[in-house]
Amino acid sequence: MSVKLDFSVLLRDEYPRMILNGLATMFELTALAWLLAVVVGTVLAMIRMSNSRIAQTFVATYVEVHQNVPMLVQIFIWYFGIPALLPKDVQHWFNTHNSEFLFAFIAVGLCAAAYISESLRGGIRSIPKSQVEASRALGLSFLQSSRLVVLPQAIRIALPTLISHTVLLFKNTSLAMTIGVAELTYATREIESQSFQTVEVYLFSTMAYLMVSLLIMGAGTMLEDRYRIKAR
Amino acid sequence: MGDVFTILSDNWMLLLIGQYPTGPLGGLAITVLLSLLGLLLAFPLSVCIAVARISPFAWLRRSAMALIYVVRGVPLVMFIFWVYFFVPLLIGRTVGGFTTMVVTLVIYQAAYLAEIVRAGLEGLPQGQEEAARAVGLSYMQAMTKVLLPQALYNMVPAMISQFVSTIKETSLGYVISVNELTFAANQINSTLLIKPFQVYFILAAIYFALCFSLTQFARHMEGRIAAKRAGTAKSKAASAHTNAKVLPAA
Repeated sequence: MSVKLDFSVLLRDEYPRMILNGLATMFELTALAWLLAVVVGTVLAMIRMSNSRIAQTFVATYVEVHQNVPMLVQIFIWYFGIPALLPKDVQHWFNTHNSEFLFAFIAVGLCAAAYISESLRGGIRSIPKSQVEASRALGLSFLQSSRLVVLPQAIRIALPTLISHTVLLFKNTSLAMTIGVAELTYATREIESQSFQTVEVYLFSTMAYLMVSLLIMGAGTMLEDRYRIKAR
Repeated sequence: MGDVFTILSDNWMLLLIGQYPTGPLGGLAITVLLSLLGLLLAFPLSVCIAVARISPFAWLRRSAMALIYVVRGVPLVMFIFWVYFFVPLLIGRTVGGFTTMVVTLVIYQAAYLAEIVRAGLEGLPQGQEEAARAVGLSYMQAMTKVLLPQALYNMVPAMISQFVSTIKETSLGYVISVNELTFAANQINSTLLIKPFQVYFILAAIYFALCFSLTQFARHMEGRIAAKRAGTAKSKAASAHTNAKVLPAA
C-alpha cells in the first residue's frame, strides 16, 4: 500500500470555504454551548446546595437523566421531538432561525450542564460547612456567600474535571452533524464524498480536533497552576 | 402519554431484538452485545497500555501517552469514520457496520480503561511493589500476581461506569447504519412520522433504565469496596495497636 498524501485537495474548488465554515460553526457551537453549560451548571449546583428537598431532587433527576441518556439521543429529542410539542408560531421561529444549530446548541449545552454541575458540587462539598456558616454569620446573604466564599474555592478544586468536561463538550459538538449542522465533521464527510481523498480530508479534521482538544487541556493546566490554592 | 404505550406495544419486539427471527438481530440486543464485546475486548489491551504508561521505558510510556491523548482529543465519530474506511483497506475486504463499531469501541475504550487501570495501579501503596520485588518476583510477576489483581478489584466501579459510557457510545453506530437501538427507534419514527417526541422519549427511557441501573450498581459496589478497604485498614490499625501494647510488656 503506497501512501502518497496530496493535501492540495483541501484548497480546491469550494473546499476551503466548506472547511472554514465547518471550523467556524464548530467553534461557535462549542463556545455558545459552553456558556450555556457553565451558566446552567452553576445555577444547578447552587440549587443543589440549598436546603429545599424538592429543589435538590429536581437537580439530582436532571443530572441522572442527562448523564444516563446518550448525547445523540438527547440531540434527537431536541431536534425531532421537542418541536412537535411547541406551538406553531414557535416552530416557525425555530425553522426560520437555523433550527439545527439552535437545537444542537441547546442539547449539547444542557447535557454538559449536568456534568459541570456535578463537578462543581464535588468542589462545593469539599469546602467545610463552617465556612458557609461563618460567612452567613458575618451577614452575607446566601448568594453573597456562594459567590464570594464558596464558589471561588469550589471552582479551583473542580477545575480538572471542568476542563475534561469542556473537552467532552467540544467533542460532542461533532454529533451535531447527524441533524445536519454544517460543522467540521459534516464538512469533512461532504468533501470526502465529493473528492474521494479520504486520508487527506480525515487527517486534516482529526488533527484539527486534536489540536483544539490539546489546547483546551493545556490552557486548563495553566489555569490550574495559576489559581492553585496555596498550601496553608 | 397513551401514545407512548401504544407505540411501545406495537414495536417492542423491534426495539428489543430488531427483525430477529425473520431478519438480522438488532435493537437493544445489539446495543448490549456491542458494548459487552467492545469493553471485554478492550480490557486486555487497556491493561497493556496502562502497564506501558507506567513502564520504566520512556519510549513505551510516550507511545502509550500519545495514544491516550489522541483518543481523548478526537471525537468518537471521527474514529468510526477512520475504522470504516481503513479496516477494509487493511484486511482487503469490506466489513459490516457491526464489526466497524466493535473495532472502534475497542480502540476508544482501551485508552479510557487504560487510564482507569493506571489510576488503580498508582493508587496502590508503593510498598506493595517493593515487597513483591524484594521476595524475588520479577517485574512481570509482581505486576500480574500482586499489583494488577488488587488494582483491578478496586477499579470495578470505574469499569462499570465505563460500561455505561460504552453503551451510550454504541448509539453512534447509527451514523454508519448499525442496526442497534437508536437505529431501531429511527426506523419506528420514520414509519410513524407524526409522533417523534413519543418515539424518542421511549428510546431515551430505555437507555436511561439500562444505564441508570448500572450506575446505581457501580455506586453500590463503590460503597462495598470502600467499606471493605476501611475494614481491613481498621483491623490493621487495631493489630498494630495491640502489637504496640504487647511489645513493651515483652
